[in-house]
This record gives sequence, structure tokens and C-alpha cells, in this order.
Amino acid sequence: MKKKDRSRREFLENAGLSDPEKELFCNAKPRPSKTLGKYMEGFLNWSRANSLWILGYGTGCGAIELRPLMTARYDMFRYGIAPRPTPRQSTVFIIGGYASVKTLKRIVRSYEQMQDPKFVMGLGSCTINGGMYWDSYNTINRLDHYIPVDVYITGCMPRPESIIAGFEELKNRIRKGYTQGANQYINNFDWYKRNQKQIIKDWNMPDYNW
Amino acid sequence: MKTVLKELKKTFSIDSVLQQKDRTWFITVQREHAVPLLNHLQSIQGFTHLSLLTAVDRIEDNRFELAYILFNHYEKVTLGVNVLIDRDNPVMDSVHHLWRHAATHQRELNEMFGISFPQSPRNSESFILEGWDSMPPMRRDFDTKEYAEDRFFPRPGRTTNDPASFMKDKLYPEGE
Amino acid sequence: MENILMTVVYALVSLFIITNYGLLLNGVVRKIVARVHGRFGPPVWQPYLDIIATYSKRTAVSHGVMFLLGPVFRLAGGIGTYLFIPAVFGSALFSNFSFSGDLLLVMYFVFFGQLGMALGAGEGGHPYSAIGVGRGLSQMTAFEFPFSLSVIALAVQHHTLSITEIVAAQQGGIANWTLLTNPFAAAAGIIALLGMNMHSPFDIVIAPQEIPIGPPVEMHSGLLGMLQTNRAVFTAAKLVLFMNLYLGGAANIPAMIAKTFALYMVSVVIGVSFPRFRTEQSIRFFLKVPLVLAILSVIYVTLL
Repeated sequence: MKKKDRSRREFLENAGLSDPEKELFCNAKPRPSKTLGKYMEGFLNWSRANSLWILGYGTGCGAIELRPLMTARYDMFRYGIAPRPTPRQSTVFIIGGYASVKTLKRIVRSYEQMQDPKFVMGLGSCTINGGMYWDSYNTINRLDHYIPVDVYITGCMPRPESIIAGFEELKNRIRKGYTQGANQYINNFDWYKRNQKQIIKDWNMPDYNW
Repeated sequence: MKTVLKELKKTFSIDSVLQQKDRTWFITVQREHAVPLLNHLQSIQGFTHLSLLTAVDRIEDNRFELAYILFNHYEKVTLGVNVLIDRDNPVMDSVHHLWRHAATHQRELNEMFGISFPQSPRNSESFILEGWDSMPPMRRDFDTKEYAEDRFFPRPGRTTNDPASFMKDKLYPEGE
Repeated sequence: MENILMTVVYALVSLFIITNYGLLLNGVVRKIVARVHGRFGPPVWQPYLDIIATYSKRTAVSHGVMFLLGPVFRLAGGIGTYLFIPAVFGSALFSNFSFSGDLLLVMYFVFFGQLGMALGAGEGGHPYSAIGVGRGLSQMTAFEFPFSLSVIALAVQHHTLSITEIVAAQQGGIANWTLLTNPFAAAAGIIALLGMNMHSPFDIVIAPQEIPIGPPVEMHSGLLGMLQTNRAVFTAAKLVLFMNLYLGGAANIPAMIAKTFALYMVSVVIGVSFPRFRTEQSIRFFLKVPLVLAILSVIYVTLL
């Protein structure tokens, strides 16, 4: 039996919280997770690919294109995709469209509450290079400087058929084994946090939202 | 409407009157007489609906121009009341005692332009820009492009297909 | 000793079969609901994929010991409910651990799972869990009225509290089923089954668009996997119980599958046709007509 990794856990400073609040939140730094052996992980990746649960948070104008997906004409349920109301239970976070500074704070909070393995899909050109709001004082230009992104879907807004094609691409990536989004976030934690704190000025939440 | 305005000209100091459309009028009034005029219009003349309260940045005259858009449901007439206030020290009296929703409009003006309405409730709280630390963004000397390129991380390799620059390159390739 | 060992092996086999039956039943119902909506719907093996994907999460967040024990109680309640019901009459493989007096024990287990879940959900600290738990327990208390009165009527009618003997009394043709010998009890019981299955119009407890999912809102990873497994076992166990009480039991597996499927279709058909009741409306519903039917059934049986 291997010895358990009992190295000292690192802690975050949670500077944005007041002292009575600091006791309510966990201040441990997240650690990267390990994958299982090749065949087991392949089997699990197949089941993860066929049962994608998306977080029901309509972030921007992309949310309006998710509704036709659930109706009878485009029917995403036959691909195994189902919406879930809470980040604790969902696998895929769809960032639909532009993300203002206020929304980015909530996106970061929801993303950190999701469980590993988690995937992010960016809808529309605003997540890629700022889209038509590239010179706005309130919307971000590149989403992958704040959270790791797996698949981008171009369009303004992409039609439901394009979104289904994007889901197919995500499924192919999962089956090939690219499920390390959360680990990428944890390994480059300081860089992501620095970028986020540069944008979000009123940081009144813990450094990592468990 | 013309008779009403003639009467008002006698009591309040109205600088100019403009009829923009059949039922749309704009008047400009001095700052000290603005709130009494709005009170009179709301209680006596029947302009009970405040449709909009917004501001225009007249940077050339060093003034902000506040526009109160009122609507009269009985006569079906729209009246815009313009008030010029100083740009370097923009403070104005509040009208939230006449229309309660004016407090929200005034909060937005405080955040976007920097015009403060001291008597208005919750005026200095941030409206939608959380943690904003720079100049009020709707002012004309705020360069939003420069701010966006500086603060957010623009992706290199962005090209534009906007018609003005495209035609300019096509018709005057040597630059003119 | 060998007897105990064989019983345990038989119980595990029947538990395995009923779990698969419950998962496939869930998949088939999703397909039917989708066809009613005019679309295709997920494949019938989708619940298996969901459970495997949920169990395969690599991280989990704990809120304390009670939070981790909540789904354990729920799954224990579900498995316990099934293991005391004889699934197939006369078969040693499927008679599980039934004994005399097990009817009351099964009714207790039906309630026990929800209570354990309530404790676990409360420990999670999410306000929506508390709201969902309040709604769930009050709705469950409401439908227990007609259900327990109908069970009392059956116990008085057959002079026994053992499910096996109630099933034995219904053998010999359709005319002996409780459905026809005591129709009031059967009507009250089946209406209580609608409340138990938590399809529309009684699905306010897990209303997905109102309070996100209700009591299991903070459960994730392996804990949610346990709740999903429990949903399959518990649904099938309740259907088997009601089949034994009202529809004459089953003498072989295909008969059991056919009868429980027909019973579940009542719930599903009503589910896709009607909108949702609020909590106080559903409580009032159960305390009106079904309660009167159940009281009538008790009176009918004493007059027989």
C-alpha cells in the first residue's frame, strides 16, 4: 500500500473577507487530482461523454440559444445532455456570450464550486476575442485568461445546430482523454487569480470558493 | 400647449422653447427654477409621468445638460425640460419626492456621469459597476478603447471589416 | 448456517435484478414522456450512464458527518424496503426476508429513508434543501393517512399482517384481487401511490424549476450516485409492494414486470397530463376524497 501524501496543506490568505467571515469559509488551497489506469479511465470517459450535465446558468445572450435546444425540434436530451440547477452536480459550464465584470465574478464563483472533471464551453465571439464589445469598459476580451476553456463555438449567437456540433466536439475530446481542465486551473492557480483580481476589484469572497 | 408655456414663461425663467414634433416640446430652464417648475408641471399641469431622466455631456460649453422627459396622459403631450449644470462641480437637487423612481435614475447618473444628487436615497452606492475606480465612464473624455486595451487582455491578430476603413483603403491606398 | 448463506445470496441476486429493473423502468418512462412531448428522448440505458458518470467524479466536498450519512440512510431505507417484500409468490429466490408482521416494517422503511435524507440535507446548509425537506415531509405525512387506513383495512380483511399471506389470499383468478374484493382500499392505496412516486401533480418536492431539486440540492459526486441508485430500487420496491397488496402478487417474473409496469403507467400518464399542485393544495387533496375512500374501506371490511 502506498503511503498517503501527508505533506503540509497550503493555505490561502482570503484577504477579501472580514475577520468574522473568515471562520465561515475554508481557506485550503486546492490540490490537483489523479486519473485512474488507462482502460478504466477510457470506460469512465465514455460514460462521462454520454451523460453531460450542463449548469443552468444563462450567463449572457447565449442563454436564449439554449432554450430551443431543449425543445422538441433540436432535442439535446437524446445526446444525454440534461440541465442541472446547481454547480455542485453539473459537469459543463456554458458561458454564453459576453461576460461583464459583474458576471465574471459569479462565473468564477460557480466554476470553483463545480466538481472535477469539469468542462467549459464558450459560445460566441465575445469569449474568443471580445466580439462586438471588444472596446467596452465593462466586458472582458479573453475568457481563457480567467478560467480554462475546452471548446469555443463561433457565431454571434451560434444556432442550435452549431451548439450541437460543439457538443459533439466536446464529446470527442472527452473520449480522447482531455479531461484535465480542473487540474490546469489548479496548477496555474496563481496566474488565473492574478488575472481575475486585476479585473474584479471588489473581491469580497474567499480566494477559492469550495 | 402654447398658452401653457406662455403662462409658465411669466413665472419661471424659461430660456428657450422648441417644438420638435406635433406633440413634443422641449424647454430649457435655469437651474434654480428647475425643481419648482417640475413640481408645478406635475401637480397642476398634469405631467404626471416622468419617462426618463438622463444627461448629455456638453464638454465644449463645460456643462452637463440634464433632460427630464415628462408625459401628460390627459393631453397626450411630451415635454422635455433641459437644465444646464456646471461640469466641474456637478451637483443638482433631487426630484425623488415627486417621482419615487427618479432615485434610481439619479443613482445611475451618479455612477455614469458623476452628477451627484445629495438628497436622493442611496445615491453614492454603486449601481451596476461593482468596484469601479476610474472616471465615470459616460463622460466624453473617458477613452473606453484605451481603457479596454489596458485593463482587459486583448487577443492579438484581430482584424476589422468595418466599411469606413475598408473603403478608405480601397479608394485611397496611398493614404490621403 | 447454510440456510442463512443461501438466503443472503438469493437476496443479493434479487436486489441486483430489481435495481436493473428500476433503472430500465426509469429510462423507459423518460422515453415515453419524451414521445408525449413530440421528441425522441434519451436512450433507455441513460440512467446507467448517469450513475456511472456521477460516481466517477474525482472530488467531493463534505459538510460534516451527517451530510455524508444522509444518502446512506436513504439508500439503506430503499434497500430495506425491498428486502422485506416478497417479490414473487412461491419462489425461494425472490421471497427475500419476509416474515409475519413485515407489512408494518415495510411501511416504516418507506418513511425512514426520507427522514434520513432530511437530516443530511439540513446539514448541508443550503436554504433550498430546508424548504424541500419541509415540503417533502409534509406531503409524505398527508398521503400516509389514506395509505395506512387502507393497509389497516386489508389487515382486518385477511386477519394477518404478513404480506405473503395477503398475497396467498388473492390467488385463484382476478376475482380474488383486492382491486375487486375491496375496491375502496385499492382506490385509496393507488391514489396514495401517486403521492409516493412524486410525479406531477405531486412533484413540488423535487420541483426542478422552483427550488433547484429540493432536498438533494447540495449532494454531489458519490453521494448523488447513491441517491440515484436509491431512486431505482425504491421505486421498484414500492411498485412491488403495491402489486402484492392490491393486484394479487405475481407467480413469476414476467407477471411481476407486467403488473408493476401497468401500475407505474397510471402514475406516469397522470404525470404528463396534469400540472403541479402547491404543497397545501396537495395536502388538502389527500385529506379529502382519498381519506374518505380509505375510511369507507375500513367500514366496508368490518361490515363484511
